[in-house]
Amino acid sequence: MYIIISGGGEVGYYLAKMLLADDHEILVLEKDWRRCELISEDLGDVVMRGDACEARTLEEVGTARADMLIAVTGDDEDNIVACQVAKHKFNVPHTVTRIKNPTHRPICEKLGISHTVCSTELLLAHIEQDLPSHPLVPILKLRGGELEIVEVKVSPESKMVGKKLSDFRMLPNSLVCLVVGKGKEPFIPTGDTVLESGDELVCVTESGDEQKLRSILSGL
Amino acid sequence: MNVIIMGCSRVGARLAGMLDSEGHKVTILDIDPYSFRRIPANFQGNALVGSGTDQDALVKAGIDSADIFVAATQGDNRNVLAAQIAQHTFNVPRVVCRIYDPIRQDMYRELGIETTSPTKTGADSLRTLIGG
Repeated sequence: MYIIISGGGEVGYYLAKMLLADDHEILVLEKDWRRCELISEDLGDVVMRGDACEARTLEEVGTARADMLIAVTGDDEDNIVACQVAKHKFNVPHTVTRIKNPTHRPICEKLGISHTVCSTELLLAHIEQDLPSHPLVPILKLRGGELEIVEVKVSPESKMVGKKLSDFRMLPNSLVCLVVGKGKEPFIPTGDTVLESGDELVCVTESGDEQKLRSILSGL
Repeated sequence: MNVIIMGCSRVGARLAGMLDSEGHKVTILDIDPYSFRRIPANFQGNALVGSGTDQDALVKAGIDSADIFVAATQGDNRNVLAAQIAQHTFNVPRVVCRIYDPIRQDMYRELGIETTSPTKTGADSLRTLIGG
């Protein structure tokens, strides 16, 4: 396959190196001449100085026959535009962009970019695996006492989903006093309230009991 | 009309002042608060610190009720990305965009964004000035 890589930073360099090892035809486009020299010293004649966002540059490197363009510069904007130019001007069948801002994902999909890789989302996904799956967020410590208000979020994979509030054996000084759900008015729950994914439970609890409350609500 | 201008460059600030004095409701957005010094003193609109490619900043700037979005930063790619977010994600009725690179301007015009290229208009007006 003929693969064009936009951006000769660390990501671009290692991608090129690995794809070359798989016998693909690779061309790296990089604006900075020092990076260009470094890459060509190491990987040979696979790098050209230029900007992949410019149609003229892409034309010069025969983008019309490319099977894939991978945009991995440090700029979301540049990556998205390079993919868009490759797709619309040169009909490149596969375009891959790296983004840092997760909110750019919807626009990438709307613009028809084949694959969007968000490094921030990937990192977050890994971190979340190591974090408690039912995060309990302290909201307010009430003055003059040991009570505090905390918030528990019902994640989609939580065992709380579909359970009635009366199914949980609550601690003596803890109370779920408000349920805030997506697309519905916040309401004061009863024992019959069924919990849904995405609900946020505002609870009163005794300081020090947060962990117990969390394990009760998560059904662990 | 509600207008959002992204980029408080000389052009952005000047345009903001013009639209504001014509009675439009103008919000100007820039990542650098220092750029707001260019805004005319009698400006009645809003100046917000934020990136025009960041959806949260756009919502804060009132993009949901905007009639016109103008992308006027120094960066072509930033401008076209912001313009496309305004167009596709927020369905702003009119989106205009400054693109320095005339080749890229043609492509984005084909993709339905109203564009102007200062490179082209600048060269043209200099040519006219030279005459002959």
